[in-house]
Amino acid sequence: MATRKVSLPGVDLEVFDGGSGAPLIFLHGASGLDAGSPFVGALAARRRLIAPSHPGFGASSLPDWVDAPPDIAHIHLELFDALGIDPSQPLDLVGCSLGGWIAAEIAVLVPARIRRLVLVGPVGVKTGPIDALDIPDIYTLSAAAVDKCLYHEPARWKLDPASMTDKQLEIMVRNRETTALLTWEPWMHNPKLRHRLHRVSAPTLFIRGESDGLVSAEYLARYAALVPGATISTIAAAGHVPHIEQPEAFVRTVFDFLGA
Amino acid sequence: MKAWHFSETAYPYLPPASEYDSIRVSLPNKHYDPVKGAELWDRYLDEWCIAEDEGLEIMMNEHHQTATCVDPAAPLILAAVARLTKKARLLILGNPIANRRQPVRIAEEMALIDVLSKGRVEAGFVRGVPYELSPANSNPVRTNERHWEALDLIVRAWTNTSGPTSFEGQFFHHRNINIWPRPYQAPHPPVWVSTTSPGGATRVGQNGYIQATFLTGFDGTRAVFDSYRKGWRAAGRGNDIPNHRLAYAALVYVAPDEAQARAGAEKLLWYVTANKVSPQFANPPGYVNASAVVQMMRGASHPLSAFKANASVDKAIESGIMFAGTPDQVRAQIARFYDHVGGFGHLLNMGQAGFLEHDETVLGIRTFAREVYPWLKETYPDTAVSGFESQGGAAANGAAGWKGPLV
Repeated sequence: MATRKVSLPGVDLEVFDGGSGAPLIFLHGASGLDAGSPFVGALAARRRLIAPSHPGFGASSLPDWVDAPPDIAHIHLELFDALGIDPSQPLDLVGCSLGGWIAAEIAVLVPARIRRLVLVGPVGVKTGPIDALDIPDIYTLSAAAVDKCLYHEPARWKLDPASMTDKQLEIMVRNRETTALLTWEPWMHNPKLRHRLHRVSAPTLFIRGESDGLVSAEYLARYAALVPGATISTIAAAGHVPHIEQPEAFVRTVFDFLGA
Repeated sequence: MKAWHFSETAYPYLPPASEYDSIRVSLPNKHYDPVKGAELWDRYLDEWCIAEDEGLEIMMNEHHQTATCVDPAAPLILAAVARLTKKARLLILGNPIANRRQPVRIAEEMALIDVLSKGRVEAGFVRGVPYELSPANSNPVRTNERHWEALDLIVRAWTNTSGPTSFEGQFFHHRNINIWPRPYQAPHPPVWVSTTSPGGATRVGQNGYIQATFLTGFDGTRAVFDSYRKGWRAAGRGNDIPNHRLAYAALVYVAPDEAQARAGAEKLLWYVTANKVSPQFANPPGYVNASAVVQMMRGASHPLSAFKANASVDKAIESGIMFAGTPDQVRAQIARFYDHVGGFGHLLNMGQAGFLEHDETVLGIRTFAREVYPWLKETYPDTAVSGFESQGGAAANGAAGWKGPLV
């Protein structure tokens, strides 16, 4: 599956744009987008799938003024225009983890442009007590402990640098760097977002992998309660990245909700 | 050559290292006994005063949430030392400006201490080691950019004397900058910047600030100093780089008797060997660039980490991170190092670490000051010039391709 470069003023984005039908936007999480992942092909089989690499991820450039997810929401709105998406045609928007946060920022900016919204293990709001992190601080955890948070079956997804090219490793490292830039402070949230989520007018589905060690069921429930009418679905045998660990169940859940 | 007594003011009374993951960031402070800590502070302050009495200058630094350096606010200690001493230069190396939110406040602190000490402040600025980022809640990405913007703002705040001025940068924004007091020294205290990477040193050289590097050994130090010289020359500051622009920090222990010197040197190694840090604190994302991280994933390691795994006094001396022994031996070690790196004008003596007791520390300070320092000052005067001249294309062949330092 090929990606291409789309140049916007001040930023170049790597964009997967494949398949046909009404546009479906997929916003990746902290680990970036692997266009070869099975869920990408499965989504593109039924819709025109548009999946940009966020600024600072994959082959996308990182402008020096970008340091928070709302900045990326604005850039992606420009991207939709650049791709010729008719502003009057409502979009389906799916975002995972950090991408869920960006999707929520887009949904509160342009609620009328969203037909259906799917947030998969999203971060982006602070809902819990002042003296306990809503999302564990992955930067204080060992690599093994982070993997345990991310995956239902960590052993299956263990990183093997020897099997990767320098370029692949460099992209992975840069993705991590940009994630830190965007999420470091306030940790994994925009304090203003929760006060804007009532503006979301699209039917919204929250999805959580049942073994997700980063986004707890309680956090997700409190997040969903901020979005009018939102519902929650759980995917079994998956951690923070159900689209990677259980692509079939993930794609089925998404399409069941989108109804198209 | 100026020599500076430096102690990291550690709190060494810890449980066995096998009982904790990291001496930094996550070690609970229940292991810190404030009564013992207060005694240690009395002692460390006394040692700086003794160093001054012996003719040495004074250096201090700060770290956060670590037993290796229980000085999380070096300007406070600098202010105390300013009032305990009369003549020593007072080097703070340094202010971690990529991790502090108000550069103007730092400009004020340094100016105030400069006034308190009647112009003895040497103001150092550091990007900070990676384990400082979590304690400061400071974003590990763009620390270099923040560092340089903050330093620019601080120098502007020091040198602006005609009423309020403003600064609207990428990271820092001030509408009303008009600090009182202004610095005692004009136009401002000497600026030092530490970096252990050649990439960073070029920019320090371009700005003409004093470059310090820590425990980088023979080749690492030469690479840093060469980059500094390159930056200096590229900025049109002339072909000659004054020695007093370059500083090297090493573990230093001198005693009259070889066995005593060896025993002290062994204790100083604590500074390197006690630095047990969890990997996630040692390399947060963005602290070093992606290609360097990839090299680490491929097995590359920092020379100091490799040394730490199998540390010994002999290896420390051999690699140039320690000068230790009798006065004769130490003079020879420093001379060899000086020639290899192309000359420098400040020796930052890490003269106390871990369990090196007060009497031992004082013996090291005194023996150095009386038996080594006079020779250093005479052999390497402050007017000396640092730097190698390349002999055409032979430079690529290594040391053999260079002619000696221009002293």
